[in-house]
Amino acid sequence: MTIFPVEKIRADFPILKEKIRNKSLVYLDNAASCQKPQQVIDSIVHCYSHEYANVHRGVHTLSVRATDRYEGAREKVKDFINAQSTKEIIFVRGATEAINLIAQTFGKANIKAGDEILITAMEHHSNIVPWQMLCKETGAVLKVAPIDLQGELIFSEFEKLISDKTKLVSVVHMSNALGTINPVKKIIAAAKEKNIPVLLDGAQAIPHMSVDVQALDCDFYVFSGHKLYAPSGIGVLYGKQALLEAMPPYQGGGDMIRKVTFAETEYNTLPYKFEAGTPNIADVIGMGAAIDYLNEIGMDNIAAYEAELLDYATEKARQIKGLRIIGDNNNKGAILSFVLDKIHPHDIGTMLDSLGIAVRAGHHCAMPVMDFFAVPATARASFAMYNTKEEIDVLIAGIEDLIKIFG
Amino acid sequence: MFDDLRDLYQEVIFDHNRNPRNFRVMEDADRKVEGFNPLCGDRLTLFLKMDGDKIIDASFQGSGCAISTASVSLMTEIVKGKTEAEAEDLFRQFHEMTTGKEDKIDLEAIGKLAVLAGVREYPARVKCATLAWHTLDAALKNEQEAISTE
Repeated sequence: MTIFPVEKIRADFPILKEKIRNKSLVYLDNAASCQKPQQVIDSIVHCYSHEYANVHRGVHTLSVRATDRYEGAREKVKDFINAQSTKEIIFVRGATEAINLIAQTFGKANIKAGDEILITAMEHHSNIVPWQMLCKETGAVLKVAPIDLQGELIFSEFEKLISDKTKLVSVVHMSNALGTINPVKKIIAAAKEKNIPVLLDGAQAIPHMSVDVQALDCDFYVFSGHKLYAPSGIGVLYGKQALLEAMPPYQGGGDMIRKVTFAETEYNTLPYKFEAGTPNIADVIGMGAAIDYLNEIGMDNIAAYEAELLDYATEKARQIKGLRIIGDNNNKGAILSFVLDKIHPHDIGTMLDSLGIAVRAGHHCAMPVMDFFAVPATARASFAMYNTKEEIDVLIAGIEDLIKIFG
Repeated sequence: MFDDLRDLYQEVIFDHNRNPRNFRVMEDADRKVEGFNPLCGDRLTLFLKMDGDKIIDASFQGSGCAISTASVSLMTEIVKGKTEAEAEDLFRQFHEMTTGKEDKIDLEAIGKLAVLAGVREYPARVKCATLAWHTLDAALKNEQEAISTE
C-alpha cells in the first residue's frame, strides 16, 4: 500500500499555516466547510485575471474563453459523479438551493394533497424545511423514518413507511451531525420497487467517497462545492435527464430561454433551463479545479486515509471517561460528534479554540437529531484529507485537559 | 495549557457553574419569563418577586453552558434589593462591559459581574453571557412572551 501524501497535501492549503491565538491551527470543522488548496485559489485568480467575461453570450474571445472553462467544469463534474450527460449537471448555489429547486419544480408538479414525502430522522434542516414548505402548500404529508441509538437508520421501519402514497424519498447520503453513512443502495432498491424517485443529499458524502450516480441509480444527487474544497456559493444538482426534461423551470430570466415574446416564452434546453441569469462563473471554474485536485489524489485513497483517521480518533475518544460519542456505529464517515458529562459543547468549543483547535459546537442544523439524543448540542470534530493523527492527539489532549480544569 | 482562557473562565465562573445560586423554582413569583438561545440551546426560566418597583427575590431554572449559567447565577445575586431602574442600569453596564466599552462602567456597581468581562474576546460567546440580562429586561418590562437572543 502506498503512503497517503498528507504532508504534500497540507502544503497546498495556505490557511493551514495560520496561527490561531498563537497556536498552530488544527482545523477540524470540515463538515461545516473545507479549506481550499492553492490550486483552487489560483484558478479563481486566473479566471478574473485572464479569462473572465459573461458566458453563453458574446462572440468575443474572452466570452468564448470563459464559456469553455465554465462548460469544461461541467464536464469535470459529470465525470466526477459519473453522470451520463452534462445535461444532467445543473449549477446552483449549493445543496440547499438544489433541494429547494427540486421541491419547487418536481415537487409542485408531482406531489399533491395526501401524497407522502419520506425522509429520515437524521436529515439536515435543508432536507426537512423545503419539504415542510411544500407540504404546507400542497397538503402533502412528510414522513420520517426513525434512527436507533447508534445513529443508524432503522431500515425495517423505513421500508414500512414506503407506501403507494409515497411520491419522493429524500435521504441524506452521510449525516453531518453523526457521520452515519446511510445504506443508500438498499434505500434506492426499496424505493424503485414502487417506482418512487430518490433524492440523495450528498453535501456531506461528496468529499469523503467516490460517488457514481449511475451505479447508485438515484434520481437526484445534490451537493455543495464548499465542502468539496471548492469555493462557497456554488453547488450541483444532478438529475436524471428524463426527470429534468419533464420538470418546469425554477427561475425565469436570461439564459434559461430560447425565445421570448410578450405572448410566450420558449425555454432553453438542459441544463440551461435551470440556470437563469448570469451564473457564478469563477466559482464553477474553481470547483473544476477542486475536482482536478481530488482526482489526482483519488477519492478511494482519500476514503481509506480518512477511515484510518476516524478509527484512530474514535479509539482515543472512547478511552476518555465522561465522553459520549453521538452516533457510535460502524458505517461512518470521518465525523466524531460527542458530548462530555457536565460540560456544555459551547464551553468545549471555546476551550479548544484557545488551543487553536477549530471544532463545531452546536446543533449542526439538525435540531431533531439533538432532540432524539436528548442533548442541547454536541461538539463535533470532522476530519478532512489534510488532517493528521498528530492533530487528533492535540484534540484528545485538549479534551482531557479541559475535563480536568472543569473538575 | 489554557493560560489565555483564564481571562474568560475564571474560578468564580467555574464555581457558579458547579453550584449555581438561586437555582430553584419560585412558586409565588410575580414575574416569570423564559429565555432561549436557539443557537446553543441555552434555556432558562427567570423568576422575580417584586415589592413595588423593587426586586426582592430572584431565582432561575434551566440549563446552559458555563458562561450562561454563571452569568444568570451572578445576576440573581446582584439584582436582589435593586429597583427596576437600578437593574436596568446594571444591564446597560453589563452590556457595555461585554462589548468592550469599559470606560462607561462603574466597577464598584457591577462588582463580581466583572469576572465576565473576558467574554468580549470571544464574540461568539457574548450571547451566552447576556441571555440572562435580556431575560431580566423582558421580565422587568413584564413581557410574557419567551425571549430569544436570535
